Amino acid sequence: MISKTINLTLKVWRQNRSDKIGRLETYPAKDISVDMSFLEMLDVVNEDLTRQKKEPIAFDHDCREGICGMCGAVVNGRAHGHEKETTLCQLHMRHFSDGDTIVIEPWRARAFPLIKDLVVDRSALDKVIAAGGYISVNAGGAPDANSLPISRDVAEKAFNAAACIGCGACVAACPNASAMLFVSAKVSHLAALPQGKPEAARRAMAMVRQMDACGFGNCSNETECEAECPKGISIIEIARLNREYFKSEFA
Amino acid sequence: MSSEVKLDAKIPDGPLAEKWDRHQFNLKLVNPANKKKFQIIVVGTGLAGASAAATLAELGYNVKNFCIQDSPRRAHSIAAQGGINAAKNYANDGDSVWRLFYDTIKGGDFRAREGNVYRLAQLSCNIIDHCVAQGIPFARDYGGLLDNRSFGGAQVSRTFYAKGQTGQQLLLGAYSALMRQVATGKVTLFPRREMLDLVTVDGKARGIVTRNLITGDIETYDAHAVVLATGGYGNVFNLSTNAMASNVTAAFRAYKKGAYFANPCFTQIHPTCIPVHGTYQSKLTLMSESLRNDGRVWVPKKPGDKRRPAEIPESERDYFLENKYPSFGNLVPRDVASRNAKEQCDKGKGVGETGLAVYLDFADAIARDGEDVIAGKYGNLFEMYEKITGENPYKTPMMIYPAVHYTMGGLWVDYNLMSTIDGLFVLGEANFSDHGANRLGASALMQGLADGYFVIPYTIGGYLAGTEFADVNAAKTPEFAESVDAVQRRVDKFLSINGNRTVSEFHRELGLILWEHCGMSRNEEGLVKAKTLIQNLRREFWENVYIPGTGQDLNQSLENAGRVADYLEFGELMVNDALERKESCGCHFNTAYQTDENEAKRDDENFCHVAAWEYTGDDETPRFHKEPLVFENVELSQRSYK
Repeated sequence: MISKTINLTLKVWRQNRSDKIGRLETYPAKDISVDMSFLEMLDVVNEDLTRQKKEPIAFDHDCREGICGMCGAVVNGRAHGHEKETTLCQLHMRHFSDGDTIVIEPWRARAFPLIKDLVVDRSALDKVIAAGGYISVNAGGAPDANSLPISRDVAEKAFNAAACIGCGACVAACPNASAMLFVSAKVSHLAALPQGKPEAARRAMAMVRQMDACGFGNCSNETECEAECPKGISIIEIARLNREYFKSEFA
Repeated sequence: MSSEVKLDAKIPDGPLAEKWDRHQFNLKLVNPANKKKFQIIVVGTGLAGASAAATLAELGYNVKNFCIQDSPRRAHSIAAQGGINAAKNYANDGDSVWRLFYDTIKGGDFRAREGNVYRLAQLSCNIIDHCVAQGIPFARDYGGLLDNRSFGGAQVSRTFYAKGQTGQQLLLGAYSALMRQVATGKVTLFPRREMLDLVTVDGKARGIVTRNLITGDIETYDAHAVVLATGGYGNVFNLSTNAMASNVTAAFRAYKKGAYFANPCFTQIHPTCIPVHGTYQSKLTLMSESLRNDGRVWVPKKPGDKRRPAEIPESERDYFLENKYPSFGNLVPRDVASRNAKEQCDKGKGVGETGLAVYLDFADAIARDGEDVIAGKYGNLFEMYEKITGENPYKTPMMIYPAVHYTMGGLWVDYNLMSTIDGLFVLGEANFSDHGANRLGASALMQGLADGYFVIPYTIGGYLAGTEFADVNAAKTPEFAESVDAVQRRVDKFLSINGNRTVSEFHRELGLILWEHCGMSRNEEGLVKAKTLIQNLRREFWENVYIPGTGQDLNQSLENAGRVADYLEFGELMVNDALERKESCGCHFNTAYQTDENEAKRDDENFCHVAAWEYTGDDETPRFHKEPLVFENVELSQRSYK
């Protein structure tokens, strides 16, 4: 299929392990079809590098349909690039123009140590979930699913918060590298539902403490996280988290 | 080819509806105090792996859980869109455990086991209960009760869903349960690890060898049992709806250690995917089957009609599924829908620039229900479509084409989900057992979670309680060191070839061979040809591949090389299997065996069996074994969706 192509210049962060000094390297990206995704564009550049017997750019990716949360880079200063509510794998090259220079950097946060090039270690987010991001129920013995009616609005509210894909863009976008939007999404999802209520206050306290322990910064209402979240998670969730947190403080 | 070992599926005696209950009672138990003495390795953190790891830890076992991604939450189950089936009959439309069982057996074109499928249908109800208790935000109606929708191959509404993100929500539920056990210390997580070998000691699975994808270290882990939940092998085709890291390596390594591989030629081609649009393409994106609830599939009646869809009047459109299958219409099973789309395109009636697409049109549904209602049901899918194609499906019909999506084949397991290697259990898409020759929509999530939450916790106990274990230690037992050596030699070999072609080039070429000859339709001549092409490509790979970088570092080219090397062997196994099965059934459509109406024509006399393949050495023909399928409760019939 013949489609429009563009030529670009990439400036890509190259760094091997966090203890070495990184640098921006310049690579041409030629004859890029505008129907490609951003990651497919990087694939093409990597194939070229490999054919020149140079080491390709390491980047995390997996599902390539915007749901696994594995991909992500700061593109021209914006987490996942400039398109609203879009993961990097769903950012398509039709949103760029011929001759553009694109700067590509990894997520930068103390809690996300760099592994290589654009790959960072986000295991801190798993630690935060392990601190309390669940309802304590073992398999077996649950009552019939329809024994607990939940109004459609409440289910919807829970769903909207549960849509978080854990990509870390909120942290990368935040000047304080805070994970408040991530934490609040899980706290708010579970606190909205009757099943999650009994543990709601304890959960909020435990997850916020773990967030602090992992080296994430504090929230100072910059709202950059909401602007960059590929799933459109609202900062209303942070307000809900604060409510649960205060309850746990004063209860 | 002869069958030497009798494959015993260990289906319990008794009436179908009582088999699982009886079996649970007959299984030996591990007493609560003894559970903590056992170590279990679970590889994979998708719906099957995460649910198994969490549940086994809840019971008191010590679990080591491995995944290839940076976090267990990324596993590809997360991308499942449409829903999960359960025989709840909340819709009061005539559903039952029996009907779900029957639909699944029939949908699989009578190539699955009655006992396993009935158990799956029974457990489907427990899954929904448990997931609601975990806080999964399923769709609800205004009364606050759970909502259902319809999926292909069924005439009842039994599919539970969370918008178009059902897989994500179910996986995050299993992931949360898993992380809760990580916090208790009962599960130790090993992310960014790739399993590169299974270690057997005295014929029992006792551990695995992994490569740490960050440091390149080759690591060993021992256990009393190994559970593989490593997903399907659809990426053997290069282009599929699978995630990029989904691969056959863990299962294939187990095959090489003695686990039989069953029905490898059964791969599901999903009818509703965004069509291929360029050679650079890295993956294909599925548009949920749920869209066929409201979308109407059509092509122009006249071959070569290049008018825009809006310019083609109603009288000149062929709604080929509705016309051919009036009772199921657009909701025929996936294999039937895919084959019909291909047939239309082969006749020159395909649409779009490549001619390899059909329309999925929502104009009637929007006119009937309003844009708001359609947006409420499918909004996120429509947005996804627009992001990828730049076209607005509210205004113009979607263009769709079939793509590789799921693999019904997998490692052979018995009723306990144990493979032909003692102590090696296989769950979810990685095993072969429940979907026969075609999986119905919304049944993969059901099977993954049934296996993990409700089957393995019982059956693994039976194995552990009834088995004597030798002392095994990954640091001392020689089998581990031997395996590490073999893995290291292979890594070194990849890096030393220093040829001229990239790993992706080989993968793309293999994918095209299989798509052409072992895809939606097959024939003997094409399969024989494919076999030679794959052998030649494999030879070239080992002489001419180039892999940059080193083994002591994050090296994604090296990771891919290992996976593609396995695909180059596995692809041939698929072709062998397709050649051996001289009938058509479900997804396996050999053009020599079809009914007058071009439907798959089974040969129940000679092929009502599971084909299981035993590895006999590199470049040797694998040995064929047969597990006859016995149908005591359903009558084998020609599938009809008319």
